[in-house]
Amino acid sequence: MSLAPLVFSLLFVAGVIGYIAVFALLAIWLERKVSAHMQDRLGPMETGGWHGWSQTLADLMKLLLKEDIIPTAADNFLFRVAPYVVFVGSFAAWAVLPFAANLIGTNINIGVFYLVAVSSTVVIGILMAGWASNNKWAMYGAMRSAAQMVSYEIPIALSLLVPILLAGSLSMQDLVKIQAGGFWHWTVLRNFPFPFIAFVIYFWASLAEVNRTPFDIPEAESELVAGYHVEYSGMRFAMFFLSEYANMFLVSGVVTAVFLGGWHAPLPALEIAAETSALGHAITGAMWFSIKAISLVLLQMWLRWTLPRLRVDQLMHICWKVFLPFSFVNVLLVSLWAALSR
Amino acid sequence: MTEPRELNIPLGPLPSDVEDVHGERMILQMGPQHPATHGVLRIELETDGEMAVRAVPHIGYLHRCFEKVAENMQWPQIVPYTDRLDYLGSMNNALGYVLACEKLFGIEVSERVRAIRVLAAELNRVASHLVAVGTYGLDIGAWTPFLFLFQQREHILDLFDELSGSRLLYNYIWIGGLSHDLPDGWLKKVRDFLVYMQPKIPELNTLLTYNKIFLERTGKVAVLPAETAIQWGVTGPNLRGSGVKWDLRKIEPYSGYETYDFEIPTGTGEAGRVGDCFDRYVVRVREMEQSLRIVEQAVQRLERMPADDVRAAIPKTFSKVPVGEIYFRTEATKGELGFYAVSDGKSKPYRLKCRTPSFCSLSVLSKMSPGLLIADVVALVGSLDIVLGEVDR
Repeated sequence: MSLAPLVFSLLFVAGVIGYIAVFALLAIWLERKVSAHMQDRLGPMETGGWHGWSQTLADLMKLLLKEDIIPTAADNFLFRVAPYVVFVGSFAAWAVLPFAANLIGTNINIGVFYLVAVSSTVVIGILMAGWASNNKWAMYGAMRSAAQMVSYEIPIALSLLVPILLAGSLSMQDLVKIQAGGFWHWTVLRNFPFPFIAFVIYFWASLAEVNRTPFDIPEAESELVAGYHVEYSGMRFAMFFLSEYANMFLVSGVVTAVFLGGWHAPLPALEIAAETSALGHAITGAMWFSIKAISLVLLQMWLRWTLPRLRVDQLMHICWKVFLPFSFVNVLLVSLWAALSR
Repeated sequence: MTEPRELNIPLGPLPSDVEDVHGERMILQMGPQHPATHGVLRIELETDGEMAVRAVPHIGYLHRCFEKVAENMQWPQIVPYTDRLDYLGSMNNALGYVLACEKLFGIEVSERVRAIRVLAAELNRVASHLVAVGTYGLDIGAWTPFLFLFQQREHILDLFDELSGSRLLYNYIWIGGLSHDLPDGWLKKVRDFLVYMQPKIPELNTLLTYNKIFLERTGKVAVLPAETAIQWGVTGPNLRGSGVKWDLRKIEPYSGYETYDFEIPTGTGEAGRVGDCFDRYVVRVREMEQSLRIVEQAVQRLERMPADDVRAAIPKTFSKVPVGEIYFRTEATKGELGFYAVSDGKSKPYRLKCRTPSFCSLSVLSKMSPGLLIADVVALVGSLDIVLGEVDR
């Protein structure tokens, strides 16, 4: 028995934690800059010199040094544990994100199933946080969040079924591999329009899954002030924040891997030669993957700073009466197609 | 020693009126520190799940004894206090009070002073509506329009800064005149502002007003029928949103409003039903357009008028004023602002009662809230555009 897979896994875990931390720092700064420039402002400009690049770092330091407040009436244990449950839920799903052909935590043959299953545990942490805070607003946020995330997992799972049917595999790497050879081979453009519909549904539903505008109902500043994390401060709040951004990248990464060609370059000419070293493959793959995923994160930010928020019943209406029937019909038609073309 | 007790005036349906299906009612204190209450308002919300079954507004967090203070102040000294009523529409408050006093004391001001007053009041109305519309977008969850509109408001505040020396509480309109004449080149700056501002309203409409989500969130929500609005004394844009063409600038013109050409926008039920949140919102957007028209006309007039002394009609002393009483009402930014003043001939008013529009608008909240979702209560409070400084006085 060799120790190599274990060492690789440990390295990958460390790498992913580092990646999430760096990405979150970058994305929070980016979010501030994007929102600022959309609103005719400049955003952070002072800290660190160049365009306030280290503002988030400074904020992180502040959060780490802040007093750790636990409300006296809170359920101490659940209150302490909740942020980590949320973070672990979104972090564990990264294990099956295919950064490159040879760079994936574990290429299990039920990757997509694992992803959907693990990322749905986030809701448990959110419910814990909302309940343990012993705050009515937090509980409203948690309840809304639970209803929303549980509902939206159904269209998410159904729209992921479409590429699975096309690839005939649940493995993330297999789903990426069938998209080789330029952007016109990407799942989103193949067998038009079914995967495209699935892509649109997945993208919108994933916004609800990560509680972003227009589906940021659990956090609705103007209604619930902050939602489930209203009582949190300091390090624990930072964990919620971190997992929010980790989740944003996660759903974008899934869209990238499943619909947008994953680590494939958009043009075959840009692919590096097969004889290049494994390291070269890993780096270029991760680069293409990150570029695509971060573009989607930027799209999420653009939407957030443009759109108003839906109401909770409208949110459910969209999920159950629009997304769900469409994804069902979509899956049915794709299954029919797949059965006939076999 | 009396124990502190809660005054629970049963407004709206009592808990027993609405059937408690699940037996799980919860009292939710919305405010006084809540971003959607636009200041220090506390709404005692009884909720059944996401639905509000009862809402009782609790006010008084910003009570400043305006009326009692006024009894201990000389007539002209009260003007700065009126600024603090509706701090977003200070010019309009001062205008209402000053016009009441002038009518009571029989003071006539020059045509030019009246035109400057109208100009200031209408610019202020635009500024106030910009806040109303922007914060309403924020209530619905749209951040960006809020900052856009505050940026536009900034230009108006700069103009006022130059005019009166302050950005928010101006103390500009005085009994018998104005505190300062127009600064040199100020009218040109107002013209520049008009050129800058006019295309911004269509921009707002594309960004927020006719956004599908915004329409869904505000249309058919919290409908205020015209009859109810009148019964509860709701005035201003809220009443006009219910389709009632009632604007004191047209009905009882003051300060020369009858000579300006403008229209009264009313709610038409574009997004569903007449008197819904969208109508109250969109009336404010349209009123900004009309106010800009008035500003333009006022600027044109002022450019042609020869300069005069804006302090000419200010009485030298207020130690002897005519005895009498008066109720004078004006169309402030939030609705009918009335001042009831009693003079016993002394330098201080015997009594000054202030009828503020936000107070009446807020009272209708308990009538309209039952049956709304929490998010709709937020949308309703925002659409009523209350300013707590004016509610509490």
